[in-house]
Amino acid sequence: MTSETSKTSETAYPQASARACVPEGAPDLDIDGLLANPDVHVIVCCGSGGVGKTTTAAALGLRAAEQGRKVCVLTIDPAKRLAQSMGLTELDNTPRTVKGLRYSEGPDSEGPDSEKPASEKSEAAESTGHLDAMMLDMKRTFDEIVMSHSDAERAQAILDNPFYQSLSSSFAGTQEYMAMEKLGQLRASAQESGRWDLIIVDTPPSRSALDFLDAPKRLGSFLDGRLMKLLSVPARGAGRITGRVVAAGFGVFSGVMTKIIGAQMLRDLQTFVTSFDALFGGFRARAESTYTQLQSPDTRFVVVAAPERDALREAAYFVDRLAGEKMPLAGLVVNRVQLVPLPELSAETALAAAEHLEDNNKDMTTSELLRLHAGKIQSSRRQRGLVDRFCSAHPTVPVVAVGALPGDVHDLDGLREIGDSLAIG
Amino acid sequence: MPERPKSQTPTCRYSESVSKRNNTPALPPRPPIAGDWAEVRLHVVSGKGGTGKTTVASALAIALATGGRRILLMEVEGRQGIAQMFDVPPLPYEERHIAIAPDGGEVYALAVDPEAAFLEYLDLFYNMRRAGTALRKLGAMDFATTISPGIRDVLMTGKAMEAVRRKDESGQPIYDAVVLDAPPTGRIARFLNATSEVGSLAKVGPIKKQSDSVMEVLQSPQTKIHLVTLLEEMPVQETLDGLEDLKVNQLPAGAVIVNMLREPRLDESALQSAREGTLDAAKIESSLATTSLPRHLKIKEITAALIDEAADHAQRVQLERDERHRLDDCGHTIYELPELTGGVDLGGLYALARMLRAEGVAQ
Repeated sequence: MTSETSKTSETAYPQASARACVPEGAPDLDIDGLLANPDVHVIVCCGSGGVGKTTTAAALGLRAAEQGRKVCVLTIDPAKRLAQSMGLTELDNTPRTVKGLRYSEGPDSEGPDSEKPASEKSEAAESTGHLDAMMLDMKRTFDEIVMSHSDAERAQAILDNPFYQSLSSSFAGTQEYMAMEKLGQLRASAQESGRWDLIIVDTPPSRSALDFLDAPKRLGSFLDGRLMKLLSVPARGAGRITGRVVAAGFGVFSGVMTKIIGAQMLRDLQTFVTSFDALFGGFRARAESTYTQLQSPDTRFVVVAAPERDALREAAYFVDRLAGEKMPLAGLVVNRVQLVPLPELSAETALAAAEHLEDNNKDMTTSELLRLHAGKIQSSRRQRGLVDRFCSAHPTVPVVAVGALPGDVHDLDGLREIGDSLAIG
Repeated sequence: MPERPKSQTPTCRYSESVSKRNNTPALPPRPPIAGDWAEVRLHVVSGKGGTGKTTVASALAIALATGGRRILLMEVEGRQGIAQMFDVPPLPYEERHIAIAPDGGEVYALAVDPEAAFLEYLDLFYNMRRAGTALRKLGAMDFATTISPGIRDVLMTGKAMEAVRRKDESGQPIYDAVVLDAPPTGRIARFLNATSEVGSLAKVGPIKKQSDSVMEVLQSPQTKIHLVTLLEEMPVQETLDGLEDLKVNQLPAGAVIVNMLREPRLDESALQSAREGTLDAAKIESSLATTSLPRHLKIKEITAALIDEAADHAQRVQLERDERHRLDDCGHTIYELPELTGGVDLGGLYALARMLRAEGVAQ
């Protein structure tokens, strides 16, 4: 689908690779080296919205599986098209096995386990890779946490609470907590069962890539805050407040809250917080431990960007932040760069030739073709300038560029092709 | 107990700069907005990530302001996208004159900061600014503005609503319209509905009253939600899903704005030949031979490269047209904005605004 594969003419001519969009001195991001590294068990794909994170995560997952890793891809974005491209009618909260893998090594090139459910895999298949995919269902994930951490009666009280229902289903930000939570669960299950040795996670489609890192910490600081203590006091002590300091604080607080939200809503909120108290503690501990795991040497971050100003700026923030948090960065993927055939024919030369044809009123089609070429060279040059700026500010960050495809990915072949571009650069 | 609220009716003291303006005498009368959206006071601009929401929202603000109107452009996600778009330093939480529009129009900009908006909200409705400071110490501010983003969304939409309703002493609205650079399509219904969500938790009380009045405007003909898309499969699908989502939530969808449209660079017959692989290579070669191309480039190679580029272009044009057809039946006004070679700078923004006007957005 790239211009390399869609060549219609016979004559060969020099092609600019996507690498041409990356400055000479920048280190290459070795995708195959990353996927083959047996010490890497988690890859987090992050970046701002609309840069192709989800597709990149899926393409990495497929490539790793076909090279023998046992992979689970956790996506957040509910793109139906992507599910279909992996041959799944839908993605849900349970990992589903993707069929039709092609193994680069091994006895059977079609993959012996491709038509069997995950549970019935033959022994031979166990030695080769496989790919599971799932999509985060944040409400279901939240419900499961509640149910697994409290007795049935208490769990039901929480599930029925209007505050819980809003928090778990409607409020943005919950997605980040739940993505962290799910990653933690998958890791634990991978270590226990050995079903996966590589988890690739796509991050929520927030405008800011940093949200993914910040949300769990915010939760922690909130839960440690005095507000939670205040809210849980009256219900616990049946209206009797013990400490004087707390009492004074609560006086102001409940006065304000009653005024704003009304006494009945304040009561609902207190009930919610009280019944959620124990659960929140466990949740915070897990969110913190998942966060710490993101700093461990078996994790790598792949920052994804498009060759646009905003996306690269966001990528730069994120790269700096990862360094600050001592989280291991694999490198930057610049998606959808303009590929240019015959870069030797400069925009200026092409335009001059086009003008010559137009002035002499000759063959307008050829002059249009020349102008089309000039436009591509110019947009490639602009993209190159933007990537240059990123690289000169971050000279040690490995980079790989991937050429733009004319259409969306529809099947495993499409994902495979992106995987190839990622590996070749 | 803190002091009692002075009045049940909002007094529009949302921020220092605003309160000063509220006491200013009547502004000179301005001509009413004309065009496709004459009745609309709040334009909410959403779209899939990467489609250019901020660009379109900014161009829309300029287009609406053109001809002597006064428009407020608001952003709510703390990304300072407006400042970058207009090439000015980061915006404080204050309505600032940010650009002039052709024929005497003015664009103001505001980057809403959730914490400041919360303090303002307490001050405005409850006269409790000091209580706000106490709440901050308790960590309640975090709860309100980050942990429970529903409340954050309520503050953002509430602030937009306040700007829509604010009037000068003669009763003329301070702003003819407010353009809101909103969260992406996937979150837009949730964002706008946060108010009714919170309202349903509070069955009575002031927050209930406030949420009802915000929802009333959000669901009225005074509000339109425009979705920005690219002519690519996923953004178009998300737009169609988004329109459905708005309908289900009884939120008024406005226009679909196709952004970064690639204009065909070839005429129809050339496009067709390029697609079918029947461009006349011999003719292209002989035309190229008449030009003074550098000697080190072989005419045959150039021809082959140009033909492949044309085929690629024709394929993209066809894909865009297919996607455009999927939007045809959505039943909403569609505007098209071209891809600007060289990216969007301030000049490009005004060009986009002119195009929106030419397409009927405003007159």
